[in-house]
Amino acid sequence: MSVVNVPLKDGTRAVSRAALDSAAEARMFRRPSEWRIFWEAFSRDRLALAAALVIALVCLAAVLAPLLSPYDPTVGDNDLRLAPIGTPGHLLGLDGQGRDILSRLLWGGQVSLAIALLPVTVASVISVVLGLVAGFFGGKVDMIIMRTLDVFFAFPAVLLAVAIAGVLGPGMLNVMLSITIVLIPYISRVAYMATVTVKSELFVDQARVSGARPRQILLHHILPNTLSPVIVYGSTLVGIMIVLGAGLSFLGLGITPPRPDWGIMCSDGRNFLSVAPHVSAVPGIVLILVAMSFNIVGDGLRDALDPKLRK
Amino acid sequence: MLRYLVYRVASIVPVLLGVSIVVFLMMKLVPGDPAEAILGPAASTEKIEMLRRSLGLDRPFHVQYFRWLWKVLQGDFGMSIAVNVPVATLVWPKFWNTILLTLGSLVICVLVGLGVGVVSGTRQYSWFDRISMSLTLVVANTPAFWLGLILMVVFALRLGWFPATGMYSMRAAEPTVSDLLHHMVLPAVTTAAVSAAIIARLVRSSFLDVIRKHYITALRAKGLSERDIVLRHGMKNAMPPIINIVGLQVGYLMGGALFTEVVFSWPGIGLQIYSSIVARDLPVVQAAVLVTTFVFVLVNLGTDVVVAALDPRIRRA
Repeated sequence: MSVVNVPLKDGTRAVSRAALDSAAEARMFRRPSEWRIFWEAFSRDRLALAAALVIALVCLAAVLAPLLSPYDPTVGDNDLRLAPIGTPGHLLGLDGQGRDILSRLLWGGQVSLAIALLPVTVASVISVVLGLVAGFFGGKVDMIIMRTLDVFFAFPAVLLAVAIAGVLGPGMLNVMLSITIVLIPYISRVAYMATVTVKSELFVDQARVSGARPRQILLHHILPNTLSPVIVYGSTLVGIMIVLGAGLSFLGLGITPPRPDWGIMCSDGRNFLSVAPHVSAVPGIVLILVAMSFNIVGDGLRDALDPKLRK
Repeated sequence: MLRYLVYRVASIVPVLLGVSIVVFLMMKLVPGDPAEAILGPAASTEKIEMLRRSLGLDRPFHVQYFRWLWKVLQGDFGMSIAVNVPVATLVWPKFWNTILLTLGSLVICVLVGLGVGVVSGTRQYSWFDRISMSLTLVVANTPAFWLGLILMVVFALRLGWFPATGMYSMRAAEPTVSDLLHHMVLPAVTTAAVSAAIIARLVRSSFLDVIRKHYITALRAKGLSERDIVLRHGMKNAMPPIINIVGLQVGYLMGGALFTEVVFSWPGIGLQIYSSIVARDLPVVQAAVLVTTFVFVLVNLGTDVVVAALDPRIRRA
């Protein structure tokens, strides 16, 4: 649908011809809302749309796990231990303790998604504040914030996450804390770069000349322009962090058994690799699918949010 | 160039100091008192107090830090709590095993990444390009620990081509290079997979950028063969971003190796960190993280210097 072709729902006959014309004209040339521009660009990307649908379905399935899951994810049926995919009543088979894999996937989704989504959100908020303040005020503030973050940037990310989670001890909260700490320097750099670039644009000078206060410039002119790179980067990071979070669970640093999560499920299957590889394989495939979807959505968002990349 | 080099080398000093502070503080954040943890719940208060004094835990924070740093600079990382040997003797041999694994996977991911990326980039939208780009998208999102398990099932347990775990055969009288390489294939491929996919995608886009430049059109007009254009002239300008990302991937490989080492029982620093975390042997974790990060910072320094040497625009900035 073209941008100009906004449907008219004006049916009033009483209005004079001239008035109708000018109203129609005004409507025709009215700028469509930002949302509309974004949605039209994003929905044109079929792959990104499909990936967004996958994410929505997986999230919905995880939230509705109490309703959807056919069995208790923590209670096993000993007679059917390691039953393969397609066992009647157990679509994806059973694990080493006779627990239904589909039910565990649904319940585990809650943990695996939360472990990535919450830290990325929290880290993004903190990072935008840090990046804005450092980039906008510059000087000593810039130096203190960015040099401190450089130190955290110097660690290999996976190693830092494992070390922090390991030192704090197992637990979902500790894993989320460690992922948040690891993410902040990365996202802050993106927010910082965006701030510094936007700060030197002409429209910011214009705002300053018109008498805008620093607070207004920061919140109304610079903040909106740093958000889109952070959102794009963040959505890609969610995919990577789902994999990292699952990795930490795999090492036994995440949620404590018997509660499931996708990483623990992969790890549970390690002892049965030669007889029942599906126990580890199935959660891994779900992990890849979801992580990949976030990646594709990230690419789609980048193309849709950046006016220069829109087709 | 010399000015850039001096500036860049000087700039890592504060970063390394900061890293040491973070690593030091990380261990101070551990819940519980280390002296109590070492002696166990049955120890008397006087004994705990004595150990606290001999470990220097009664001193102020900054004094503890500088004493610790001074020792670390001399290669003394303290004693391991779990096995009661100096941490250094525990960590260094493991460290070299990880370096071996990292180098092996670096070779794989550079070869595969460059090869796939260059062919894809020069034949955009061909079948090869489409298939390899879909495949790299999947591989780039594959958890290393999961890929390791799958490779182990297929190539070690089912086909029996490679050993499933370890670094050398138990039965071999003497460690040989061929035995080592044989053991290294699966772990190295597992570690390299994600980075190879990322490098391939970046090489492709870097080549697509370069190949559209006017100077390439000029070379075509001059009648140079496509091979010469791609390999001699295209490569030169596509290289700096590629080297940059390869340098970053080294850090990723060293981190990702942790999962591979745990899956394949490769006796490297990642496996050591993992088992030390399980055993709550924190001085070892501390030393291992510090040493690995130190190497990572040096690799990044090296990468930046190489890129600056290749691209005059960067060293002038």
